[in-house]
Amino acid sequence: MSELQNVNDQELVARAIDQARAAGAAQADAVLVRSDSTEVKVRGSEIEYVKQAGERCLGIRTLVGQAGSFSSAVTSTCDLAQDAVDRMAAETVALARAMACDPHAGLPEAGFAEEIPDLGLMDARDRNATVEARIEDARSAESSARATDPRIDNSEGSQAGSDFSEIIYRNSEGFGGSYASAYHSLFSEPLASEGESKQRDYWMTVGRRMADLEDPAVVGRKAAERAVRRLGARSVPTCEVPVIFDGLTAPSLLGQLAGCLSGYSIYRESSFLSAAMGETISSSQITVIDDGRLPGGLGSKPFDGEGLPTRRNVLVESGQLQSWLLDTYSGRKLGLPSTGNASRGAGSGPGVGATNLWIEPGSGTLEEIIADTERGLLVTELIGMGFNPTTGDYSRGASGLWIESGQIAYPVEEITIAGNLGDMLMQVDAVGSELVWRGRVAAPPLRVARMTVAGQ
Amino acid sequence: MSSAQTAEGASQEALSFFRKRFGVDESSLEATLGTALERRVDYADVYFEYTTQDSVSLEEGIVKNGSRHLDQGVGVRAQSGERQGYAHSDEISIDSARLAAGTARAISDQGGTNSPVALQGQGGPKDLYPLEQSPTDVPIETKVALLDEIDRYARGLDPCVKQVMASVITQHKQILVASSDGTLAADIQPLVRLNVQVIAADGNKREIGYEGMGGRYSLDRLMDPENWQRLAREAVRVAKLNLDSVPCPAGSMNVVLGPGWPGILLHEAIGHGLEGDFNRKKTSAFSDRLGERVAAEGVTVVDDGTLPERRGSINIDDEGTPSQHNVLIENGVLVGYLHDRLNAGLMGAAPTGNGRRESYAHMPLPRMTNTFMLPGQDDPGDILRSVDRGLYAVSFGGGQVDITSGKFVFSASEAYLIEDGKIGAPVKGATLIGNGPDVLTRVNRIGNDLELDRGVGTCGKDGQGVPVGVGLPTIRIDDLTVGGTEG
Repeated sequence: MSELQNVNDQELVARAIDQARAAGAAQADAVLVRSDSTEVKVRGSEIEYVKQAGERCLGIRTLVGQAGSFSSAVTSTCDLAQDAVDRMAAETVALARAMACDPHAGLPEAGFAEEIPDLGLMDARDRNATVEARIEDARSAESSARATDPRIDNSEGSQAGSDFSEIIYRNSEGFGGSYASAYHSLFSEPLASEGESKQRDYWMTVGRRMADLEDPAVVGRKAAERAVRRLGARSVPTCEVPVIFDGLTAPSLLGQLAGCLSGYSIYRESSFLSAAMGETISSSQITVIDDGRLPGGLGSKPFDGEGLPTRRNVLVESGQLQSWLLDTYSGRKLGLPSTGNASRGAGSGPGVGATNLWIEPGSGTLEEIIADTERGLLVTELIGMGFNPTTGDYSRGASGLWIESGQIAYPVEEITIAGNLGDMLMQVDAVGSELVWRGRVAAPPLRVARMTVAGQ
Repeated sequence: MSSAQTAEGASQEALSFFRKRFGVDESSLEATLGTALERRVDYADVYFEYTTQDSVSLEEGIVKNGSRHLDQGVGVRAQSGERQGYAHSDEISIDSARLAAGTARAISDQGGTNSPVALQGQGGPKDLYPLEQSPTDVPIETKVALLDEIDRYARGLDPCVKQVMASVITQHKQILVASSDGTLAADIQPLVRLNVQVIAADGNKREIGYEGMGGRYSLDRLMDPENWQRLAREAVRVAKLNLDSVPCPAGSMNVVLGPGWPGILLHEAIGHGLEGDFNRKKTSAFSDRLGERVAAEGVTVVDDGTLPERRGSINIDDEGTPSQHNVLIENGVLVGYLHDRLNAGLMGAAPTGNGRRESYAHMPLPRMTNTFMLPGQDDPGDILRSVDRGLYAVSFGGGQVDITSGKFVFSASEAYLIEDGKIGAPVKGATLIGNGPDVLTRVNRIGNDLELDRGVGTCGKDGQGVPVGVGLPTIRIDDLTVGGTEG
């Protein structure tokens, strides 16, 4: 993307705010998201698709009325012709006038990011990677998966993707900033067959820089090993046992917890943790951190969706709840300052989002935790949406490996695991030492002392 | 703008929109397809989309958020054998379409030429969703007033109601598809939706209740007090019911599914596994099983995109193929898959009108429309009375399936124990899990009370969401695994 383009986009964002002000907005902000992406998929020895795209989208938020009783609205448009942007800015103001006054609405009063640190969110050299090179990565993962085991006889394919984007944000209070980032991924999903049993599984690697990705051959091999070990999976009789979540499934528990710590669910009292600030909400082995400035982090950004600096927040320290995740609005509702967790895309107003969120690693490998479990379940995949954030009730479909006498005995499927997230967190009695980032949320292996496993 | 009474009318109106606004006409489309066809490709298509979506939402007694989104773009696809090249841009113009065509055709490594394209406009049968006025043109103040009324009404229903959240979402989507086989088709697809959610409290206990409705019809339908009052009453009833619910027992049980939304079982357990892409690649638990028995006698399952005004209905799919009534399982035997053009072509079958995409930023995939089971003879009350001890599930949150192993799961949002053939205590957190290819073989009673859902379903696949519908009569399934906390 040329420098000239960048200057034009900066001007477009500034113009949207000027037009909103001219139409009567007391405050306004705008965000322009520009990205270009490539995605390829290889299945067997054949290319399945090559997809290339460029996108530019502008989001505008306006606030009308007096401070302390603003009403607000947001719009977005992918039509970035000057007259379309002018029209949209005016429409946003008209829309805001139709909304109710809200004493807590408004841009942050102060504290905008003063410097924009380089967080290592992309490697400019990766721009030179060709489509052919990404096809080669996918091809290599695919052939490695198929060469791992003769029982790998089919696949859903291997996908490689690269996305480069730039965020330009500006508001009427004088803050303006932009940053560029990249996201590269490689994903492989082979199928294993033996007799009547047919199983799939996957492995993936993601990073801000190509150099951060695992070797394609390793991605294919790990995916294949995971698919093969599921062959012959069966259900188990209903029972109560210790349940271990591996590094791929444990982050989903943390993601659910993060939703229950979002300022919006707290002021609405729709979280089972609404009244738990300062209390012990988990085993003392759990410490949860959100840090938007982790170098090269997949959730890192120099400023949040409202222009406030991102920072490190300790949400849970040794089991004690210490902080919510807040943007300016939900913070004001709770009488607290923002935690720098406003997330914002072109298509929506600010909301709360974790940045890089993780559970601090403990001690012991996954193998050691398994060896320390007399009888139980290792969960390697979860399906379904059985979680109620208001009560914490948890019930999901699972597949994984059964543990007998501290050893993997056989693969299991067609079972559910159920409990309550609050109880599950209190009952975590082992936290592993391995923390691998495959997204913005990461967790080491966790063992919950007791859950209901439902099967035959 | 005048009303479009036939699909031809809707098609003409959309064609005229893209021509007047963006200069997209037949000769420029033929030239764009010509660019895609400069290499040796078997097929090429170009897809234009212009979508306006408005959303207004209420919480804490005030309408706080209003939004309007304009999404537009063009995507060009070139196909050579099993390979597809796709490029898209959010600028609608013939220039950007030709640029995308140049990128997409790179999928073919062979030079060559194809004969020029001559586009033929297609008119369809009657329009499934004719509207006098686009729901996005209804003044915002009307939507705000509706939400305010819902808030007052819901709060007045019961003192345990602590929080009301409601939203109204309206969409106006215009699409145009032109392809190298001469297809030129266009459509206007309206969509409306109303959501009501309440939080009820009793002492320290809090629970959520939700009800929604929607479809491809006028906003007037949602403004009808009979409809929005029913939504509010349902949301309050479910929240209060959840306050009184007991933990769900775990284990294998005989299950009765109520009519309507529990049809999500068909969507997860059967529908996805019958999509053409998985079967062409033989990665589905249903691969190579056409002609085999996959359900009990009497079970007939269809996917029908031609039902008037339904959320899952479409006049044409996103490849220009008219939607159809497709029988998937007939009297227990697997008889059909769901196809887009690519997979139908590679499998020697005909497209079934199921090539759908979320937007111009995505390639089409075989997707469901409205999926349901035809009614049987049994009286629903008799079906309940036939179960000594089991679970009666009447509403669900969501579900998921592993296509390859066939294992599916879905979560009940309203379910009761059945004791001695009678509906007993409400249970919370019931999750049903099973195996797609054999779950329907254990259906042993089919009610005469087929209902379609109320129009709130969105199906996700490969990161693409599309609106869908489901339907079911009351049915009894034996020996289904129910996940709960009570061992």
